[in-house]
Amino acid sequence: MIKKLFQNLSSKSVEIISICSAIILWQLIAVYIVKNQFYLPSFTDVTLAFVELWSKDAKLGLMDLDYQLPVLLVDLIYSLLHFWIGLLSALAIGIPVGMIMGWFRTIDRVVDPLIEIVRPIPPLAWIPFAIIWIGLNPLAAGFLIFIGAVFPIIINTFTGFKSVSRVYVEAAKVLGCNTDRELIRYVALPSALPSIAAGIRIAMGVGWMCLVAAEMFGVSRNGLGYKIWHHYYLHNMDLVLVYMLILGFLGLFIDRVLRYYIDGKLLKWRKGVVI
Amino acid sequence: MGKVKVVNVSRRFIKDKDTSTLALDNISMEVDDKEFVCFVGPSGCGKTTLLRIISGLDSPDEGEVYLDGIKIESPGPDRGMVFQEYSLFPWKSVADNVIFGPRMRGIKKKDALEEAEKYLELVGLQQFRHSFPYELSGGMKQRVAIARALANEPSVLLMDEPFGALDAQTRNILQQELLDIWKKKHITILFVTHSVDEAVFLADKIVLMSARPGKIKEVINVDLPRPRERTSPEANVLRDRILKSLLKEQNK
Ligand SMILES: Nc1ncnc2c1ncn2[C@@H]1O[C@H](COP(=O)(O)OP(=O)(O)OP(=O)(O)O)[C@@H](O)[C@H]1O
Ligand SMILES: [Mg+2]
Repeated sequence: MIKKLFQNLSSKSVEIISICSAIILWQLIAVYIVKNQFYLPSFTDVTLAFVELWSKDAKLGLMDLDYQLPVLLVDLIYSLLHFWIGLLSALAIGIPVGMIMGWFRTIDRVVDPLIEIVRPIPPLAWIPFAIIWIGLNPLAAGFLIFIGAVFPIIINTFTGFKSVSRVYVEAAKVLGCNTDRELIRYVALPSALPSIAAGIRIAMGVGWMCLVAAEMFGVSRNGLGYKIWHHYYLHNMDLVLVYMLILGFLGLFIDRVLRYYIDGKLLKWRKGVVI
Repeated sequence: MGKVKVVNVSRRFIKDKDTSTLALDNISMEVDDKEFVCFVGPSGCGKTTLLRIISGLDSPDEGEVYLDGIKIESPGPDRGMVFQEYSLFPWKSVADNVIFGPRMRGIKKKDALEEAEKYLELVGLQQFRHSFPYELSGGMKQRVAIARALANEPSVLLMDEPFGALDAQTRNILQQELLDIWKKKHITILFVTHSVDEAVFLADKIVLMSARPGKIKEVINVDLPRPRERTSPEANVLRDRILKSLLKEQNK
């Protein structure tokens, strides 16, 4: 057991050395060159700030829930809530829209110009309307993430459906799969899945950025992004860095889980493909 | 039953107002039940187009095609097709590819899988039932494609240069396997090929086509006894005759 763990570690030795040296370098620069906690908190400052933060509690007041939890956990729950509201609604709307546009030529011609006009508007430009329409609640932040995430999903689903090989469609037709519904379900969708998955990954990246921006701009009074802004006002730069790192690690973690699930489960038939 | 009747079929591909290709010009022919017919002709003479029209994937501008007296309007499970390109669904395992047709007809997965074993055995790929297409060689892919087409119990099997991309050795083996399957399943086979060798080895009847516009030039009955010898004197004579006729066509 311990031996196996050790083997695992030694096979990753290059990566581990790389990360450790970066941390040491950071610490040395912060302590001996910058010498100013405000400009660059050192690794130990950040670690201490993190430990201290962990021991603070806050109230989670979602709907009827009323719990006393570590403040970090409360922020995390709010941010993930915003994120999943946005991403799930982007999936629920983006995938069907992309599918229909990719499959039916006329619908593509109707919808495409509208999308092309709305798409270049940066998601954050929607903040004023998000607040007016929805108010200061998790749904407004979710709305901004939705705006950021929905277009990559639509476009990748669309492209995936457009590039479904004709021979698969014809093979399916000859085998008795004839209605649009069946062809979409059994041929176009699985064939477009790699492209859709790539779109979801892009959408998650964009959504993650929108999340922080939305929370910073005051669409929400909670969440990791809001706390970065909050601690900046209080000049707690070590805490700003703690929240930044948490955002980074969380983004990485979500991406990895998704990739593991999609590549390992849904797309295992593509092992022969080089990408 | 699998009696195919092609009546006065023409097909023109129109590119724009001035340019168009007459791919098939007033083609008529009949294929008997359980007959093995090969189509041979220069590239671009409309062999694929004719096969696609019989399958229902394309429709003629003029004329009709009948299967057992019923007009063909759309693709149907009574006509199986093996394409020249590899057409297996890459996201499905071998077994799932084979049961695609039966599943579409509403047969339960468990029953369809049981049935599929029979077809996998027929093409000798039982050990590969859980493999994905990317794990198969070209010859194995076409074998699975044949099994997939047969799983629908078609009365006519349409094959568009199915062995075109394979090496000579694999080709010979698959030709023999196809003849065995044909004998066992009692189906009609329409087989497009570039290779005169292949046609002489396989066919009861060879349809020679001419290019631009695509017409039937000659229908040759192959009376060689089965099992056939690839290099018998009679086969050589026949091959020679067809090659000369094709050469004249290509030089035109
Ligand atoms: N979808 C299409 N659009 C326009 N022209 C087409 C189309 N399909 C076929 N053609 C034309 O019709 C003619 C016959 O094509 P077809 O594919 O039937 O030839 P073929 O006999 O199968 O040739 P090969 O042996 O090279 O496969 C060709 O001149 C081709 O350019
Ligand atoms: Mg062809």
